[in-house]
Amino acid sequence: MTQTRTIIIECLRFHPETDEAPYYQSYEVPFTAEMSVLEGLQYIKDHLDGTLTFRWSCRMAICGSCGCMVNNEPVLSCQTFLRDYHPSRIRVEPLAHFPILRDLTIDQTDFLAKLESVHPYLIPSADDDPGDQPRNQTPDQIQDYLGYAQCINCLLCYAACPQYGLNEAFTGPAALALLHRYNADSRDAGKAQRMDVINAEEGVWGCTLVGECSEVCPKHVDPARAINQNKIVSTQDYFLRFLKPRGRR
Amino acid sequence: MKPRSHEPIFWSLFGGGGMLAALVGPILVLIVGLLVPMGMGFGPDAMGYEQMRALLGHPLVGFGLAILIALFFFHAAHRILHTLHDLGVHATPRLKQICYGSAVGGSALAVLVALVLVVRA
Repeated sequence: MTQTRTIIIECLRFHPETDEAPYYQSYEVPFTAEMSVLEGLQYIKDHLDGTLTFRWSCRMAICGSCGCMVNNEPVLSCQTFLRDYHPSRIRVEPLAHFPILRDLTIDQTDFLAKLESVHPYLIPSADDDPGDQPRNQTPDQIQDYLGYAQCINCLLCYAACPQYGLNEAFTGPAALALLHRYNADSRDAGKAQRMDVINAEEGVWGCTLVGECSEVCPKHVDPARAINQNKIVSTQDYFLRFLKPRGRR
Repeated sequence: MKPRSHEPIFWSLFGGGGMLAALVGPILVLIVGLLVPMGMGFGPDAMGYEQMRALLGHPLVGFGLAILIALFFFHAAHRILHTLHDLGVHATPRLKQICYGSAVGGSALAVLVALVLVVRA
């Protein structure tokens, strides 16, 4: 079916250098059944208003660039379809809880610093160097982290997390899920370096298991589960450190 | 390096209380709310004063119940503190003292009552 209908897309607009405050601008967009919200935005940019600014790249839920709020829900605009909202109008806003750079683009600086803080890469043990041999894993060992490795850093979970909204010092769902992804990997020996992040008030303890992060995740990463598993890890570390030799606490 | 959170203490008590509430709660509702009133599997005096008094006088039951109640108190205190945070009332040291202090007070009272019941059994 290629029948063309019209939907009203209401976009949040904000140019920090010229606008005092964000405002909404409505566009009438013709669409067909297969058009995503992202394609609606691209139609606006190509045909109605070239100044509308938004991020996108792959159009297929892999790159994580096009996250935005559609009718107050964090979604990837490339896999959200206009037909599901018609005949109502839709409201498109930048991801909640982040500063706006311009229109629908947000400033990711805070997240990138947090991502860096969890050492999101394999830290192999110095005395376990396989040389040029492959480091094999069993299917079970792969399953331990594979789900958490699906994160595309789209930040929908941060927009959904009420705790991040209340306190931006919270390390947050994606960074903690990726922390767990490396801790759970049999090739990694960097747990000790990530313990400070887990144990902090802003680490796993900033989470109250609302679970919205896992609800909105387009890659089914389940950050809430990763965080709750690490609450147990942190609790064990809290009490068992007294049994460890001095200097290693 | 960020300072370590002391949340594990309170989260453990919260988790313990929550788990026991989930385990014991439905059984208590079943026994006290359904089976005993309907006379199913229990005699007419099953919940009578003498029976209950004797049961609570046993150290394991008396103190076991006190510990259970204490964990429930800590579960509630933690839940209330975090719900208030969600509602915009953020956890100041004063608020923590009130929440967890109430739990400590309630727990002490539960242990005291258990002590009296067991000693005077």
